[in-house]
Amino acid sequence: MTSAILVSILMTLVAASTPILLAALGELVVEKAGVLNLGVEGVMLTGAVAGFAVAYSTGSTGAGLVAALVAGVATAMVFAVLTLSLTANQVATGLALTIFGIGASSLIGAGFVGRTITRLGPAFPEALSGHPLLRAVLGHDIVVYLSLALVLAVSFFLNRTRPGLILRAVGENDASAHAIGYRVIAIRYAAITFGGALAGLAGAYFSLALTPMWADSLTAGRGWIALALVVFAAWRPARLLLGAYLFGAVMTAELQFKAAGVTVLPPEALAMAPYLATIAVLTMMSLGPKSGRANAPACLGKPFSAS
Amino acid sequence: MTPSRLALAHISKSFPGVKANEDISLSVRPGEIHALLGENGAGKSTLVKIIYGVQQADEGAIQWDGSPVAIPSPKAARKLGIGMVFQHFSLFDAMSVIENIALGLDEAVDRDVLKARVAAILDSYSLPLDPERAVHTLSVGERQRIEIVRCLLQKPKLLIMDEPTSVLTPQEVERLFLTLRQIAMGGCAILYISHKLHEIKALCEAATILRGGKVVATCDPKVESTKRMAELMIGAELRQIERKPGGEAGAARLSVKALSLDGEPPFGTDLEAVTFEARAGEILGIAGVAGNGQSELLTALSGERLAGSANAIALDGRPIGREGAGPRRALGLACVPEERNGHAAVPDFSLADNAVLTARHRLPLAPLGVISRGDVARFATAVIQRFDVRTTGPAALARSLSGGNLQKFIMGREIGQTPSVLVVCQPTWGVDAGAAAAIRQELVDLAAKGSAVVVISQDLDELLELADRLCVINEGRLSAARDVATLGIDEIGLMMGGVHGADAPHGADAHA
Repeated sequence: MTSAILVSILMTLVAASTPILLAALGELVVEKAGVLNLGVEGVMLTGAVAGFAVAYSTGSTGAGLVAALVAGVATAMVFAVLTLSLTANQVATGLALTIFGIGASSLIGAGFVGRTITRLGPAFPEALSGHPLLRAVLGHDIVVYLSLALVLAVSFFLNRTRPGLILRAVGENDASAHAIGYRVIAIRYAAITFGGALAGLAGAYFSLALTPMWADSLTAGRGWIALALVVFAAWRPARLLLGAYLFGAVMTAELQFKAAGVTVLPPEALAMAPYLATIAVLTMMSLGPKSGRANAPACLGKPFSAS
Repeated sequence: MTPSRLALAHISKSFPGVKANEDISLSVRPGEIHALLGENGAGKSTLVKIIYGVQQADEGAIQWDGSPVAIPSPKAARKLGIGMVFQHFSLFDAMSVIENIALGLDEAVDRDVLKARVAAILDSYSLPLDPERAVHTLSVGERQRIEIVRCLLQKPKLLIMDEPTSVLTPQEVERLFLTLRQIAMGGCAILYISHKLHEIKALCEAATILRGGKVVATCDPKVESTKRMAELMIGAELRQIERKPGGEAGAARLSVKALSLDGEPPFGTDLEAVTFEARAGEILGIAGVAGNGQSELLTALSGERLAGSANAIALDGRPIGREGAGPRRALGLACVPEERNGHAAVPDFSLADNAVLTARHRLPLAPLGVISRGDVARFATAVIQRFDVRTTGPAALARSLSGGNLQKFIMGREIGQTPSVLVVCQPTWGVDAGAAAAIRQELVDLAAKGSAVVVISQDLDELLELADRLCVINEGRLSAARDVATLGIDEIGLMMGGVHGADAPHGADAHA
């Protein structure tokens, strides 16, 4: 009995962690290329609404996930054109993108408020995950496994492949990379495309898997947590995984306390926990030794124009 | 006779408003080390960019091993066998040496294969360099070796070195010359760009001297006198610094006692108990290879970062360690940082506005905080005239000036306030010889009037010419000051090398 409860808590934890992990992983690649996209929250929301709209109309969550991916890339491209081709300020553009995402998703989603769809199901047949322990390993949906595989893939790409080396070089010193002959802008476009796709997918995870019902701003600031997490992880995919699950645990604890009726703290204070944790983590990182920040891409947030 | 490796015939190149290269011909034989000599703006870099395919000539022809070629891109140049080591390295600080080398190659090479090839090159040229070290931990000489290894991996037939010694210690220069001679012995032609004449005499067999975009002379530097080459290069008699003799140094104006400060993140150098005195009437030189704490020292003195205790820095006996930049300026401590655009001056402000920013503390340019336009314009105009700044006037934007001209303006702005103590970092970096001589003369004159001048520079020749006393900064520690008259250049070089050990045997360098 207790094992069943533990497994159920674990399932909630994994589900809560997955979208943060996806969005943060995308942003990590973007930042490694030297671009700071503060619009993650906005991209997630457009992904969430596009995914829900398509899933609702077609009845297929798979189609919804693909639509979210495309919507995420499209929104990120707005950011890319503004900041890379037109060298607009990255911070301002990112903030604008978030506000745009909140507004656009609310507008598009107006007709869907309160509607429900079939939730994204487990990746493997029920038969395989009958036993609670098996369920803990095999009972998740496809996006969970995808996110874990992507952590490995991104880590391998950045540290073991030549394109990954070039991407890091562009984020480290864009002028040098340009001088050697690498196409800084093209590489950054590619990185932002990847980041947009993952943020879109992360957003859809909210509307298709976590709460299969549309509500305004349902990502509830998780995009910002993803951004903070990249710093927390010191731009390392493995630490990102750890961090995302840590935040997932904090959020799950909040839900569990609420469900159990623990009234030591008001529910609003509990709801604040993940964001307080974000601030605490960022403070610790900034006070920490220099080595923590040494891994930051040196050209992060700086516009580049070849001249 | 074998054909020239590279022969340029009647190369011309114009940019809007300037003729950068006009009718330039030169040829380099295999195995020859050929000097390209000229002032800033003489057209050296344009010519080299044409050879390396970065830019295209308007007129003229290029021959390679006797046959005419077009070089449309750096990639095409590398394919011909042209390698280039730029003055500004294209390196990535946070990455390892081997990653940096891999990034410099046009094609993907398996890491283990690359390691073996790099090891073979390091071995055959006996170059000490650890492939696994992160670049930010390396000395400038070691960084340059990365660029050289990048070139050597492509088996070059012509190697272009652009001002390679500007930031090296004398020992590192010797080391580099050995390597270059060995490369030339292997049949590779070397085009060596510099304005340091004694180096060219020591290294090169032929020299082409450029001035104003044209070839003014070709000579054998081993035979031609240094003075003659300098005059050909500048097109005028070389100005010597005039010193009034017998100026005894007076009381200490700036005293720094056990100043410690954390390095600037992420890769800064911690200052450790820096102690020195600058006395009235003297120029104190601080030598050292870049990145050994110079920028930390400058920001600590300027007041951009405060010392731990007020007594760590004293100006005319008054503790100012906890005062900010404004009060320090008001008391008479002026600082000129190395970075002109963005640190010493705001690029998008006019010269007049830039003058207000630092001079308002000592001159009545903004009484009660209201800027007095007329006084500011008069002050800026006076600086422009006295320091011969080539510009359209006080309303010109700082960014529109060339590096040398902006430096003249900044130096003039500070010297025009007759500070008690002036601290300058790299006062003549990238400034042509004529303007550099003028700036140095102003520093000498300022000291002669009783101010103390502290010059932080990587250019030893400059320090030996200017300074009365010299100390060396190395890994954040400052040596005791020594009279320049009693110091040999080898001795300074050893002090500068410190634990970085330019010539330390591979793996034996102490990194305690």
